[in-house]
Amino acid sequence: MSLDRRRLLASGVSLAGLALTGCDRMEQNPNVVRPLSVAEDLNRGVQRLLGPRVLAREFSRADITPDFRANGTIDPPDADYKALVATNFAGWTLTVDGLVQRPLALTLDEIRALPARTQITRHDCVEGWSCIGEWAGARMGPLMAMAGLEPEARYIVLHCADTLGGARYYETLDRVDVDHPQTILAYDMNGAPLTVAHGAPLRLRAERYLGYKQAKYVMRLEAVASFAHIGGGHGGYWEDQGYDRYAGI
Amino acid sequence: MTDAAAAPTRPKRVLVRRHGLVTRVTHWVNALSIFFLLLSGLQIFNAHPALYWGQQSDFAHPWLAMGAYEQAGRLHGVTRVGETLFDTTGFLGASKEGGVTVARGFPSWLTIPSFRFLALGRRYHFFFAWLFAINGAVYVATALLGGHLKRDLAPTRDQLEPRHVLGEIWDHMRLKFPRGEAAKRYNVLQKGAYLGVAFVLLPVMVLTGMTMSPSLDADFPWLLDLFGGRQSARSIHFIAASLIVLFFLVHIAMVVASGAWNNVRSMVTGRYAITLPRPDVQPGDAP
Repeated sequence: MSLDRRRLLASGVSLAGLALTGCDRMEQNPNVVRPLSVAEDLNRGVQRLLGPRVLAREFSRADITPDFRANGTIDPPDADYKALVATNFAGWTLTVDGLVQRPLALTLDEIRALPARTQITRHDCVEGWSCIGEWAGARMGPLMAMAGLEPEARYIVLHCADTLGGARYYETLDRVDVDHPQTILAYDMNGAPLTVAHGAPLRLRAERYLGYKQAKYVMRLEAVASFAHIGGGHGGYWEDQGYDRYAGI
Repeated sequence: MTDAAAAPTRPKRVLVRRHGLVTRVTHWVNALSIFFLLLSGLQIFNAHPALYWGQQSDFAHPWLAMGAYEQAGRLHGVTRVGETLFDTTGFLGASKEGGVTVARGFPSWLTIPSFRFLALGRRYHFFFAWLFAINGAVYVATALLGGHLKRDLAPTRDQLEPRHVLGEIWDHMRLKFPRGEAAKRYNVLQKGAYLGVAFVLLPVMVLTGMTMSPSLDADFPWLLDLFGGRQSARSIHFIAASLIVLFFLVHIAMVVASGAWNNVRSMVTGRYAITLPRPDVQPGDAP
């Protein structure tokens, strides 16, 4: 290869490199990215249009995977949580507060006595993989009815015990999702109490949504009119990193 | 006109109407959408570069997977197809990102954005998915109602004769393309490719994409039965995308081989030049 041709190729390569950085800069430009979010509104709109109470498919016991992947936080580093694990969650209570008429503090036994649902469903990670498992838990609709949501309560914030990448995990649910029959606060997985890796002692299962919506280590449910003041203000740990709050696709 | 006056016996070059306005506009919107969908799709694939069959992931048995391992301080990329492993260092499994070799499925020059950023890749993907689906719906509706499908795309009886089809294949292999009157219509291989892409491959992309949405699965549970589960749908989505890339490569090669400028002009202005052997033919609309 002649020197000139080599130099030409080299400059071509560096030009391609420049073009790429230029692309990346444009692709991340807020003025470019913001209009793209119209897709999130359309996706949510389709779900609401087709019926907010449609059930996700439920599978049979034979479909349950022996290899259900635990993702995100699998062993919370937080001292408060470690203390709870040490006592097998003996002193643990779920706080229900915010815009509710009757704030609650429920023990695990009290939650187990609430109207419950068992469902064998497919868990879809935003990364692309899926695992089928059986979940049993208290239905969120009756639980929130017990607390009595105020009319101005628009979202339920799920405050979690785990810190991931320096920030507390949290999630938010729309009020309309609270009454979905498959929205449960799960305490059992595959017939046994939740393990730490899967969110002990209590986690959300809102079937029809991706895995990052299924908050683990739930400590507190707070009814709010706006989530702008919580975390990074986007309605969830991963939402604060740029993921859509609507996690149905 | 001046050509004919100057040399009345020479073959005459005329511009005919080739592509309607809807075909032209939807073609370019489609091309733009597929460009972004493909590259943001590879970003999404890279978040879990493994494919499975069925409802869920059998992590120990993907039919396709890309990974990396370190040996003697160097990162090696491995692609697994079934039970067979291939060293794909530098392209699949491990490739350079900002001068450093990192573990990633597809390389940075094939993903949007170039570095790992699933959230942004999804944002691009869903925006262009909507644009692509609406554009496709406009195209299909006008093709069916406006006669484009029947007039231009459906093969005629004579084109479907085995002898004719074999002849076309033989001609294409020698890069010999129809001329004159015969160039006014799509040849049978073009028709087959366009019908297959527009009415099979692209709709399969939309439907398998929808099947990966847990919410749309609740709304349309038949999607899961149609494709054999969410993970099968993800695999089919990937395979169909690969076939689109294959179509694109052949499409571009044929466009160049049969007259790049004439083809591009016809998809922009609608006018396509053909050479007629007799000078007495009036320029005009294609039949």
